Parts: sequence; C-alpha cells; structure tokens
Amino acid sequence: MVSSSSDRPFLAAMASLALMYLLLILLMLGADAWYGFTKVSGSQLLGIFQQENVQHSILLTLFTCTVTAILSVIVAVPTGYLLSRYKFPGKLFVDAILDMPIVLPPLVVGLSLLLLFNRFPSEGSSFEDLLNKIGIKVTFNVLGIILAQFAVACAFSVRTMRNTFDQISPRTEQVALTLGCNRAGAFFRVVIPEAWRGISTAGTLAWTRAMGEFGPILVFAGAIPRKTEVLSSTVYLEIATGSLETAVIVSLMMVTIAVVVLVAVRVWDRGSQGGLYHD
Amino acid sequence: MIKVENLTVRAGGFQIEDVSFEIPSGSYGVLMGRTGSGKTTILEAICGLKQVVSGSIFVLGEDVTRKPAGARGIGFVPQDGSLFSTKTVRKHLAFGPSVHGWKSEDIETRVDELANDLGISHLLDRKPHGLSGGERQRVALGRALAVRPGVLCLDEPLSALDEDTHSELIALLKKVTKDHEVTALHITHSSREAEQVGDLLLRIEEGRVVPR
Repeated sequence: MVSSSSDRPFLAAMASLALMYLLLILLMLGADAWYGFTKVSGSQLLGIFQQENVQHSILLTLFTCTVTAILSVIVAVPTGYLLSRYKFPGKLFVDAILDMPIVLPPLVVGLSLLLLFNRFPSEGSSFEDLLNKIGIKVTFNVLGIILAQFAVACAFSVRTMRNTFDQISPRTEQVALTLGCNRAGAFFRVVIPEAWRGISTAGTLAWTRAMGEFGPILVFAGAIPRKTEVLSSTVYLEIATGSLETAVIVSLMMVTIAVVVLVAVRVWDRGSQGGLYHD
Repeated sequence: MIKVENLTVRAGGFQIEDVSFEIPSGSYGVLMGRTGSGKTTILEAICGLKQVVSGSIFVLGEDVTRKPAGARGIGFVPQDGSLFSTKTVRKHLAFGPSVHGWKSEDIETRVDELANDLGISHLLDRKPHGLSGGERQRVALGRALAVRPGVLCLDEPLSALDEDTHSELIALLKKVTKDHEVTALHITHSSREAEQVGDLLLRIEEGRVVPR
C-alpha cells in the first residue's frame, strides 16, 4: 500500500497509543525482572524453589489449569456451536448470561460458588453436604480450585468458540450433508478440523486465564499450603507475610510459564495447520 | 430426471410458492433469475438443505421430499466451491466415498479417475489455500461427482471466474456431465452463460418458474 505524507500524523497517533500500552506491559514485567535480579541471589533462588509449599503450588497449578482447560474446551465447543448456528427463543438472554463470569468481579464469583455449595438450598442439606456423603469434597479442596477456575475461564473459551464457528461458513457443513454425512458426521469430519485453530486458542486462553485466577479460588478453595495453594495464592501469601523476593520470583515464573504456553501453542498450531500440502 | 411439483419453500422473510418444473434425464437445465429471486432457495430445497412447506421433489423418479440431503443422490457444487480448508484435494475427492464406506482401493481408483477427468491430478496433495478460482471449482465438482450421483446441482459455479477460465469450465461442465451421465441443474443470473452451457433454459419470474 502506498502511503502519502498526510497519512503520517494519523499512523503516528495510532502507533503512539499502541506503543504506550506495549510499554506499560514491558515496564511492569521489567520491574519484576529488575527486582528479582538485583535483590535475589542464586542461593536465595534455589532456596525458594526448594520450599515444599512452592513445589506443591507449582504442580497443583499445572494440574488444575490443565484440567480446567480441557473441561472448558469440552463445554465451549458445543455451546459456541449452538450459539453460532441456531436461532432460539431467549438467545440474547442466554448469550448475556454466558458472558456474566467475564464481567462479574472475581470475588463475587467465589462468593457465589461458596453460597451455592454450602448454603443452597439450605444449610445442612447443601450440594456440599450431598457430595460429602458420597466422599466428594469440593469447598476448600482441589475440586474447588478447578471449579473456581472453570467458572471464569470457560466463559472466555465459549466466546472464542462462538467467534470461531461464526467465521466457518455453514456451506461446508451443508456440502458434507449432501455427501452422506449426518449432522454429527459433518460436525466431526468437517467443522472440528476447520475449527481446530480456534479450539487451541480457546484451550490456551482457558489455561492461562485459570493460572491467573485468584479471587474466586481464595474465597471458594482457600489458600491452604500444600493443599489448595496455587501460584497466584502463593504470590498473595508471600506479599502478605512480607516476603517480596519470593513473591517476585513466583510472579516471574508465572510470566515465564504463560509465555512458554502461548508461544508453544502458536508454534504447534502453525506447524499443524499452516502448510499448503498434506493434512 | 429432476421434477419439482407445486413446491412452496420459505426462506427468511419471503416465500417461493407453487413452483413446478421438470428437467428430463441427461439434460443440462439452467435456472436463471435476478439476485434475490429465490433461485438458490429452490436449489437448496432440491438438495435437502431447506425445509419444504408443501409440494414434492422427485429425483430419478423417486420422491425425495422428506429424505435427508445425503440420501437423495444429488451432488452439490456451491457458489464459491466451499472447500474444506484443512483437507487436501485428494481428501476432497475421497470424502463422499469414504462417508459411504467404500473400500480404500475403490476410493483410490475413483480419486485418480476424477482427477484425470477434471485435470487436477497435479493438485492432489495441495490444500485449497492458494488454488485458483477455476481449480477450486474443479475440486468442488470432483467432490460432488465422487459417489456417482444421478443429479448435479450447481449454484452459480462460474460467477467468480475470469473470462478464459469461465469458457474452460463451461466446456468441462458439458463434457463431465455427459461422460458421467448426470442430470444437471445449474443456477445463474447470466443469460449468456445459460445459453452456453444449458440445453433446457428456465427463468424464475415473480416466484414462478417459466420456460425461457
């Protein structure tokens, strides 16, 4: 595209605003890194990673985020598909409800889960009481972490999948129907492969969103060391006890994990979908 | 043979009412009409992609009005080809036979046969991205013909092609439909294209299909 000199002020204004935000992100991460490199020695770093609660927190975070991402994709794919392809009464209302976890304050999500499981329909005969009778514990347990992460992360996955299916022409499915597929066959043989990039984005978004989740987890699952403490709660607990060094190192580790996951998924995604030849 | 009797189809806000026409076996029928006249709606109803309010659709003498799209023995070529972006040309040609449970050696033979007929053998391992408009339509045509349908429905298949490719594809359509012994219903808004390709010309005017 040929640009004239009169376009420059417009492009410069656009680029300045974008750069300001980019700079803010980089400066925040830079401040963490600067503090970590100048205040934490090698032996301190080793000590932090040798702490049992930090090790447990890392493993628990990886486990719960992975389960949450898988559950989010399993729910988001059909939900996004139905919203994209079908008209039904109350669709606008359903659409708005599915966005609620995105706009609700995180603590409200945690409180709502706490009330749903422990006071509904009444204290003494709540969901939690019923589940406890069959040996399942949710509140202040690992299942509670997953549920708190899922309640928020899945909404982002649903939005992503809805947009993905909106961009796939229904014509390809119709062609598959004329070629002998039933609806399920057309969905799995044609739509899912076409939606693969969106599915991997929805999963990644859910994973990273789950790792960053804090408020609902704290309220619904607590931050019990070596039981329900995940990396986001470790940062909170370390700040609360004045151990800024550990909080910064754990934060940097979360940033690293998030970047590795995002880059790995993009590289894998490009490798598996981007070629002109073969499947 | 394609026979439509007193067909009424609703599409969004408008309705095509009481449409009747017949395309004899082996003929190449062309249905013309202005944009928005309901040509595609009629084609979709014949293919089983649009619910029929009333009337009947016969394909090769059989009433298929209530049959699902895949059981009508109709090959469908959409306007833009609507190729599957993640599958190679080979997989496109093998798609229908594979859904119908053909043996792998039969599928291979059919894919090679179609690729030769349509001049796309050199594209078999390519994905749709980067194919020209003419190549895309050849692949869509091959995909539709793969399970040997008795009827072929084409929804403005040549509308996005340059003049040279347009002429090439017209010659190919005539040859392929004759060689594969299919009855065709081709939709277009161009009367020139209709005259070049069709041997039975129909026009949709104010919701009615009339001979041209």
